[in-house]
Amino acid sequence: MIGRLQAALALRRVGIAGRLLSCALCLAGCNLIVLDPKGPIGAGNATILVDSVVVMLAIVAPTIVATLAFAWWYRASNPRARRMTEFVYSGRVELVTWSIPLLTIMLLGGVTWIGSHELDPAVPIPSKYAPLDVQVVSLDWKWLFIYPEQRVAAVNRLVIPVGVPVRFTITSGSVMNTFFIPQLGSMIYAMNGMEAKLNLMADEPGSFLGLSTMISGDGYPDMRFTAEAVPPDRFAAWVNETRAGQGETLNSQAYRDLAKQGVPPTSIVYPAVEPGLFHRITTQAIPPGPGPEAQSSGKQGPEK
Amino acid sequence: MLGKLTWAAIPFDQPIPLVAGAAVLVVILAVLAYITAKGWVPYLWREWITSVDHKHIGVMYVFLAAIMLLRGFIDAIMMRSQQALAYHSQGYLPPEHFNQIFSAHGTLMIFFVAMPFLIGLMNLVVPLQLGVRDVAFPTLNNVSFWLTATGALLVNVSLVVGEFSHTGWLPFPPLAETTYSPGVGVDYYLWSLQISGVGTLLTGVNFVTTILKLHAPGMTYLRMPIFCWTALASNLLIVAVFPVLTATLAMLILDRYLGFHFFTNEAGGNQMMFMNLIWIWGHPEVYILVLPAFGIYSEVVSTFAGKPLFGYRSMVAATMVICIISLMVWLHHFFTMGAGGDVNTAFGIMTSIIAVPTGVKIYNWLFTMYGGEIRFAPPMMWSVGFIVLFAVGGLTGVLLAVPPADFVLHNSLFLVAHFHNVIIPGVLFAAFAGYEYWFPKAFGFRLDERFGKAAFWCWFVGFILAWMPGYPLGLMGMPRRLQHYDVAEWRPWLLVAAFGVLVILAGILFQVAQLVVSIRRREALRDEVGDPWNGRSLEWSTASPPPAFNFAALPRIESDDPYWQIKQRAIEQQVLRPEPTYKDIEMPRNSPTGFVCAFFASFMGFALIWHIWWLVGVTFVGAYATFVVFAWRDRAEYHIPAEEVARIDRANRAARRAALARLQQPAQ
Amino acid sequence: MTVAQEHASRDPYRLGHAVDRSLHYPWAEHAELDVASKRVIVAYGFWIFLLSDIVMFSSFFATYAVLTNETAGGPSGRDLFHLDIVAIETACLLLSSFTCGIASIGARAHRNLMYYGAMAATGVLGAGFLFLELREFANMIAIGAGPQRSAFLSAFFSLVGCHGLHVTLGLLWLLTMMAQVFAKGYRADIQRRVLCFALFWHTLDIIWVGIFTVVYLTGLAK
Repeated sequence: MIGRLQAALALRRVGIAGRLLSCALCLAGCNLIVLDPKGPIGAGNATILVDSVVVMLAIVAPTIVATLAFAWWYRASNPRARRMTEFVYSGRVELVTWSIPLLTIMLLGGVTWIGSHELDPAVPIPSKYAPLDVQVVSLDWKWLFIYPEQRVAAVNRLVIPVGVPVRFTITSGSVMNTFFIPQLGSMIYAMNGMEAKLNLMADEPGSFLGLSTMISGDGYPDMRFTAEAVPPDRFAAWVNETRAGQGETLNSQAYRDLAKQGVPPTSIVYPAVEPGLFHRITTQAIPPGPGPEAQSSGKQGPEK
Repeated sequence: MLGKLTWAAIPFDQPIPLVAGAAVLVVILAVLAYITAKGWVPYLWREWITSVDHKHIGVMYVFLAAIMLLRGFIDAIMMRSQQALAYHSQGYLPPEHFNQIFSAHGTLMIFFVAMPFLIGLMNLVVPLQLGVRDVAFPTLNNVSFWLTATGALLVNVSLVVGEFSHTGWLPFPPLAETTYSPGVGVDYYLWSLQISGVGTLLTGVNFVTTILKLHAPGMTYLRMPIFCWTALASNLLIVAVFPVLTATLAMLILDRYLGFHFFTNEAGGNQMMFMNLIWIWGHPEVYILVLPAFGIYSEVVSTFAGKPLFGYRSMVAATMVICIISLMVWLHHFFTMGAGGDVNTAFGIMTSIIAVPTGVKIYNWLFTMYGGEIRFAPPMMWSVGFIVLFAVGGLTGVLLAVPPADFVLHNSLFLVAHFHNVIIPGVLFAAFAGYEYWFPKAFGFRLDERFGKAAFWCWFVGFILAWMPGYPLGLMGMPRRLQHYDVAEWRPWLLVAAFGVLVILAGILFQVAQLVVSIRRREALRDEVGDPWNGRSLEWSTASPPPAFNFAALPRIESDDPYWQIKQRAIEQQVLRPEPTYKDIEMPRNSPTGFVCAFFASFMGFALIWHIWWLVGVTFVGAYATFVVFAWRDRAEYHIPAEEVARIDRANRAARRAALARLQQPAQ
Repeated sequence: MTVAQEHASRDPYRLGHAVDRSLHYPWAEHAELDVASKRVIVAYGFWIFLLSDIVMFSSFFATYAVLTNETAGGPSGRDLFHLDIVAIETACLLLSSFTCGIASIGARAHRNLMYYGAMAATGVLGAGFLFLELREFANMIAIGAGPQRSAFLSAFFSLVGCHGLHVTLGLLWLLTMMAQVFAKGYRADIQRRVLCFALFWHTLDIIWVGIFTVVYLTGLAK
């Protein structure tokens, strides 16, 4: 029995080392995009994340080691272990066990206070450039991006200029969703009838994954979009190309068609956008999108 | 006549639920036929179904939990295999089916596995540890169990009649409103939880009263075993927060059934209100689960280290601090809803503060082991495995409590890995440890240890393989609940996770085998005396299984770890405690109230789901009539004559005397 | 084991608990066995249940507070509430609490006239309350101010309606208790149920005080 337990523990130690190694490889090789941010907000999030983990590992790792060490050393079959069956209280131990987590939490509390305020989604990003406004509407099951100043719109494709803060105003055309570009930073909920504010910026050009993290129905896995950060002149060029290009105007009717449940096969662009459309969406002057048709397994619920 | 119910409700066109449902139905019918043929029905009716004995009710709860664990785990296998396959592919589960599976998985695991498992163990153990004969309200206890079973039944019926919810284990509006979820799925969820929620609330009332008001004489609060303290904290939370769940689900029901506007998009409904209400319930719920689990670990570690629990008063304080603070942290479930820096900070700091008493508990377990003489029976292995893994889960939890970190990890697989990392080692390992630890008490024989150890290793390794990949996946941006994906980097990790689930499956198979083998070998594994682990608390002073009345005479308590003191004195003086003066004992009568009420509740729930209004009326009247009939009974108790009590007690005393003679030396 | 060691093992945390009592008879004596009487335990448990019910009402109160201004262009409390009806409803309930107290005394004293009379009075007053409330609801629905009109009205109907539902169930319980005493007399277990009923009825009164303050008085004051 002793031999088997020893072997088991040895295997576990190898297992731990192996996992650490693969983690190290992972950091080098596979793309932990949240820890590889391309913008200041994401960088702030990632820094806090990593620092917090390191601080807590300083407590947790010795605790895990101590657990295994105590369990091993005080096993019944160890003749060398000193048995202390009356050791059931110690003021000193209590002082340490209450204060170490307390001090750690105080430190993290400070990080929390500063980080939650500095990185609050609504806080504008200081920059010498004027921010770009983008209005975002989550629909079933696609993302609509409206550029109110440029008066163009696109579905499932977000183009933003590098180095310019982007002021997102986010709402939903139907159910609750979450707007998230992992490599640029914080996510925020999209809710019908409300405007959520999020400020992000890309420091480098690139094509970034954009998605929703909130289940919104059967088409949820397809709620994907591409966020492309391009140099500012390229952005201006894209706007002009879009304005001049093909496509219908995004007016109330086109929006209502878009709001019906479904996944568009490719991204769509709108060379013109009806002014005030977003405001009509958020004030519910245009009602939220319809749900699925009545299903065979049960009649529709009561009419509202 | 039958509301919305038509033949189309049965999934003739979907092979998986159809075959699964048919298989389950065949198994159930076969088991029922077997039981009837063997003539066991009267015994089952008398000893189990109508029993108001806390020990039998506890066993039934654990049995329900075990069956539901199998169903929930099959859901898990399906989810993981789908995700292993669904790279640039639709896999084998279309989205409408996959969405139901993860919704059912979460709902079943929380409400019909974790809750009943722990409530079952509390039922079995708490009255014995308090030195009393039963809980405060035994018949109510029986009703609670059957209402819980009704909820489980409704969720499972949804597999073959209609559909289950597509929204995840919590039905966030507006997705859960009829506009976006017009089918019966969300209704199955709502009524199942409303009905079983009544049962759970009544359990809370029952146990708070029992623990605060029913003790053997001399057992002051600070002499109660730590498991009773954690049970108290858990049941106080149940009483405090389950009404909020009832109210919130009622509001959603009103929205769906009568067109109210609590959470709808239009007419002023507020979906954020739902988030607040449901998480005011939802966060304390996880502490309802984990506090008794911590209690189980305290009992197990102390017993198998051969030492009293280190820092008992600290543990009590830590338990009650966790209980109170858990009511103040709910907003950390939606930091990303945009409440602003001040609010997010306040809740973030409150959440981190819970780590302090939790850390204290972990260190106290470590120092219980320190200086002990540790025997590695399976319950102890589950406990050590728990501490190692839970430390990681707790770390990631405190990490997620820092809002800027949560802003990039919310609803990702990092989050899912975190909560599985605290629930599986925290709650499920505790349930398994408690199951192995108290099984001999419940049934009179131990479980085979070799299978138990094999099961532990499979679960431990399998858990690591299944859930550690979740952390890098979350850091790679993968969100939860994806039915398909096309990011190549995610795939290897999902394959590892799928493999981990198979290792866990091996663990479960070992556990099933363990039960079968132990029943076969039960004479060799027999617990003659009632104290197989050299325990410290009062349940080990009774026979295994204890007689209906638990104690022939209630013991007078004079210290902490009362049974340990009794044992040491007996070993020293080489004589048992003197025989009590045997008296007649009055015990509560069995009652079919719970079963009949649940019968009506099941049909009422089904009728409500399918809008069969006349049936709702009939079953409501039936349920009310059941209570009135129960209220009309004249005899609530039955007598056990003193001679019978004496005979049973003396048999156990003889076994204990023989065991005492076998011991050569006094204990430390 | 020395005396000191024995003390230590009985009091490992050195709390000073270990009482050096004679251990000739380590079992609970008969007098100690009545740890808490059934009446106390039943009342205690029922109080815990009532506290949980108050928590449930609190959820509806909180929701009402959040949704109180979401009238969706429809009528608000100002437009709909009639303080005179509310005053009569309040009087009915408060009076019924008094009569319920009389009924409790009658049950304890085994006095039929007092018990049945007071219970009947409680029932009539409770039914009167319900009648007025249902009429108020019907009127509101008739003018298009039903719960489907707006979130505010949903919250109003559910909060006040939940209380009304409790009153209805209370009336069913009241009738059952009258029937029980009639059939079985003032047996101990029936007395305990009368006690629980009385606690329930008084609690509903307290909640009504909350409702007419938060809903009606505040709504009309705006």
